[in-house]
Amino acid sequence: MVRALGAKLRRDLWRMKGQALAIGAVIAVGVAMQIMMTGLHLSLSETRDAYYERYRLADVFASATRVPNAVTSDLAGIDGVSRIEPRITGSARIDPADGGLPIAAMTISLPDGRAPAVNDLLITSGRKPDPNRNTEVVVLEAFAIARGLTVGDPLVATLNGTRMTLRIVGTATSPEFLYVTPPGEFVPDDGRYAVLWMPRAALEAAYDLRGGFNQALLTLSRDAKTEAVLDAVDRVLDPYGGTGAYARGDHMSNRFITEEINGLTMSSAVVPPVFLAVAAFLLYIVISRLVQAEREEIGLLKAFGYRNHEVGLHYLEMALAISLGGALAGCALGVVSGRAMIPLYTTYYKFPFLLFRLDAASFLIGLAGSVTVSSVGVLWVMRRIIALTPSEAMRPPTPPDYSRAGGVGRALAQWLDQPSRMVLRRITRQPARMAGAVIGIAAGMSLSLGMLTIFEGFNTALDRSFGQIDRSDATVSLIYPASDSILLELGRIDGVQQAEPVRQVAVVFRNGRATHRGAITGLAAGSDLYRALDGDGHPLTLPERGIVLSSSLAQVLGLQTGDTITLEIREAARPTVSAPVVAIADSLMGTPAYMRIEALNQLLGQRNRIAGAYLQIDPSQEAAVRQRLSNFPMIAGVSLSKDAQQAFARMMDQGAGSVRYVMGFMAFVITFGIIYNTARVAQAERARELASLRVIGFYRSETAFVLLGELGVVVLIALPLGLALGRWMAHGIAAGFSTEIYQVPVVAAPHSMGIATCVVLGAAVASGWLVKRDMDRADIILALKTRE
Amino acid sequence: MEQTRDTDLPAFDVRGLTRTYGTGHTAVHALRGVDLRIARGEIVVLLGPSGSGKSTLLNILGGLDRPTSGEALFNGQSLSQMNDRALTTYRRAHVGFVFQFYNLMASLTARENVELVTEIAAHPMTPEEALALVGLSDRMDHFPSQLSGGEQQRVAIARAIAKQPEVLFCDEPTGALDSATGRSVLAVLDDVNRRLGTTVLIVTHAAATAAMADTVIRFADGQIREITRNPTRTPPEGIEW
Ligand SMILES: Nc1ncnc2c1ncn2[C@@H]1O[C@H](COP(=O)(O)OP(=O)(O)OP(=O)(O)O)[C@@H](O)[C@H]1O
Ligand SMILES: [Mg+2]
Repeated sequence: MVRALGAKLRRDLWRMKGQALAIGAVIAVGVAMQIMMTGLHLSLSETRDAYYERYRLADVFASATRVPNAVTSDLAGIDGVSRIEPRITGSARIDPADGGLPIAAMTISLPDGRAPAVNDLLITSGRKPDPNRNTEVVVLEAFAIARGLTVGDPLVATLNGTRMTLRIVGTATSPEFLYVTPPGEFVPDDGRYAVLWMPRAALEAAYDLRGGFNQALLTLSRDAKTEAVLDAVDRVLDPYGGTGAYARGDHMSNRFITEEINGLTMSSAVVPPVFLAVAAFLLYIVISRLVQAEREEIGLLKAFGYRNHEVGLHYLEMALAISLGGALAGCALGVVSGRAMIPLYTTYYKFPFLLFRLDAASFLIGLAGSVTVSSVGVLWVMRRIIALTPSEAMRPPTPPDYSRAGGVGRALAQWLDQPSRMVLRRITRQPARMAGAVIGIAAGMSLSLGMLTIFEGFNTALDRSFGQIDRSDATVSLIYPASDSILLELGRIDGVQQAEPVRQVAVVFRNGRATHRGAITGLAAGSDLYRALDGDGHPLTLPERGIVLSSSLAQVLGLQTGDTITLEIREAARPTVSAPVVAIADSLMGTPAYMRIEALNQLLGQRNRIAGAYLQIDPSQEAAVRQRLSNFPMIAGVSLSKDAQQAFARMMDQGAGSVRYVMGFMAFVITFGIIYNTARVAQAERARELASLRVIGFYRSETAFVLLGELGVVVLIALPLGLALGRWMAHGIAAGFSTEIYQVPVVAAPHSMGIATCVVLGAAVASGWLVKRDMDRADIILALKTRE
Repeated sequence: MEQTRDTDLPAFDVRGLTRTYGTGHTAVHALRGVDLRIARGEIVVLLGPSGSGKSTLLNILGGLDRPTSGEALFNGQSLSQMNDRALTTYRRAHVGFVFQFYNLMASLTARENVELVTEIAAHPMTPEEALALVGLSDRMDHFPSQLSGGEQQRVAIARAIAKQPEVLFCDEPTGALDSATGRSVLAVLDDVNRRLGTTVLIVTHAAATAAMADTVIRFADGQIREITRNPTRTPPEGIEW
């Protein structure tokens, strides 16, 4: 590089430091997101895979009522099955030592004298239970930590009606329980759900399963056909009350982590390019403005014999300096933020270890992306550099042409003073340039508004879920479906104001080839504590017959109101029936389906059965009610809505949901960057005119009006456009944040529109202030000394 | 600033004026002590080699810059003491500028460029009158991009004189023009001076221009070398380049 040009480069950069910083920041953020997200993706997926592999997570899960041990060999003989582990699982209730509400738990048998062939567990403290000591138990580590339990502590549990005092001999994690939620909930709450591993003999006794098992876990060989294995397993287990085998993909814990990883893949593919595109746009504007202003110098350089590419290289170096600077900062930022995100993930996903892995490729992609960004901007500008001839330097400057009859403002103009006319003409006579500025600002605004709408969506989700759908204070689940007379007993407890029945039945939904494993929720006709809502948020009345599907389920199955759905019930006599879809309910979490509880019982050939109840409790008697519920015999667990609500809110604010704050902040950065850049470019373009106004005797404020008036008009035009684009953007971002497990609603909130408007106006005022400060400092004479 | 029209008072009274750019090693002494009185209603031409400080003096007298030391009085009022706002008011009320580069607003027509000034001046002529004075009555609604360089410069002059300023500062007004066009621009300045009694200061490199002045000031190295008075002014049309 020529030394003089090098000096020019440094000075130009210093002069434009504000703009360079703004653009560099946008690039830094884009690259940081790229590195953070791909790093997290890599960390999560590799750790998950290693964990699954090492501890042999099942490929197929199959439950039944009671399977004789001899059937094990039939299952092992199925083509493609490589390993099998028969085990006993059941539900239990834990009565905490502090006298709190009973906690639901899952029990799992451990084979005698060997590690489980499938779904092994990782002992994190203590040891495995002695096969001959029926009271020894290993508990899920997260539960133990949340409840302050350690090895040696007693644990009072009721298994199948038998109350016993167990002793904790160890804690463990397992790939089966990477993501654990209390029953019926979607967010982990470590203290409210337990997993207990016990000797097989203990569970055989507790659940009357001597000589048998009720769950088979299979791993498959590499070339196995999962569908065929599932069918074969179902055939084998059918006589023993098989509830339908399912593959790892339908395992809840795995589904959550997989959704999370897919979400990261999606965002890392979409978010960084948005930032880089914005940066390319800004760089293009800045460089093209520079080339415009320096066309005389360029002409001169050419007259001296510089070639087009040599001149172009000078501007490319400038763009590269900005973008590489931003990219390097982004690399550092990406590593730091990736590391900072790891604890957020380990809070919810119980990995035994999780290290932030750096993906070398993502650094290269980030750097290459930023180089591309700068090159694209400059290559575009190259056309102009090539078009410039050496004689340009000698020719007197021609003022930009405003004479084209842009009649729009003519009538208006006669009422305006000259400065206003200058503003108006800039806008009406250079529509392309103004449109560019308007679109840029509107795009920045839409990003901010989109993020704000998502914030609002999370609040709405919280409010709908716990304020309108589930309005109960507590949910009680029973050990097994029982007579609805329990409802009366619950209702008689002092302080229970209302008790409503619920029954959940496992089912495979089927529409042609589309299937989905889930559950039907049976509710009372006038269910008031738990309601299905329609799309507008109004409660749906459940009809006597037929089924109401959540919109997410209807979408998965491709069904609409009026269609017929096939239900393969997985309980009791396991009938397969078809039912009309009578309505579609709004859904925010999961893929629920609703029926009248009587109709659901009828499908199962039963009457007046309930599996749980929603309770409304008088707050002043809450303690007494809790006390009574703790001693209620049939109860498997009680969960308080406020606990679930808190867990949900916590995840939204501290967990994965908190990413939105980062993204919101970044959206603001972009919005500001675009507006600031627009103001700066306008100022640079008009430095001379503004200086002339000062010479003529215009005060600073009057001069500023000409520039800021233009910015103001551009911003005002951009506002409505930004609002419209923002709504569209919100749908896109919501789709990105939504998973099969929870959906983020897009609600038109005047609140977020107001904030987005304030963000834009705030950025405009701040940019205006910065620019005006510069204008006031600018040397009038200097601006006039040079030719345009 | 009140309009004192005491005929004895010179338009400008300059004493010991210095202007230094920068400090230490790199300090440039653009003016090294200038003493000068400029009488009202005269045409004054400043000549001198490049870098001798002509523009610096003009800028200080025009209220665009402030001296490092010394005094510059306009109608007995000190320009050196004024803050930015007061200087702006001074320019707005009393001063017109014409530069080598015309500095017109590209987005305004000739008439509107002049209106820019008449709208904020106390006793302006109409834009039409001003443009007529520079011979552009028929080009009033054209934008700068539709005018030649000489025509643009004449619009700039019309804009400068439209407020009926007491002083007109012209820094190389013909620098970018050919000689014929340059002459016609000088003729306009001469005309303005005669008709309106405006004091006109012209900085130029064309020594021949001196013939049209009442007073000729020769500058060198930040100081005045020589002040000469012409017994008669040669009309610009008669000046040989
Ligand atoms: N902003 C500035 N910073 C530093 N030095 C300056 C600045 N402006 C002018 N100078 C210096 O002050 C001196 C006088 O400059 P001035 O512009 O008054 O010269 P001039 O007589 O008008 O020259 P010319 O005929 O070339 O226009 C020069 O040496 C110049 O380099
Ligand atoms: Mg000069």
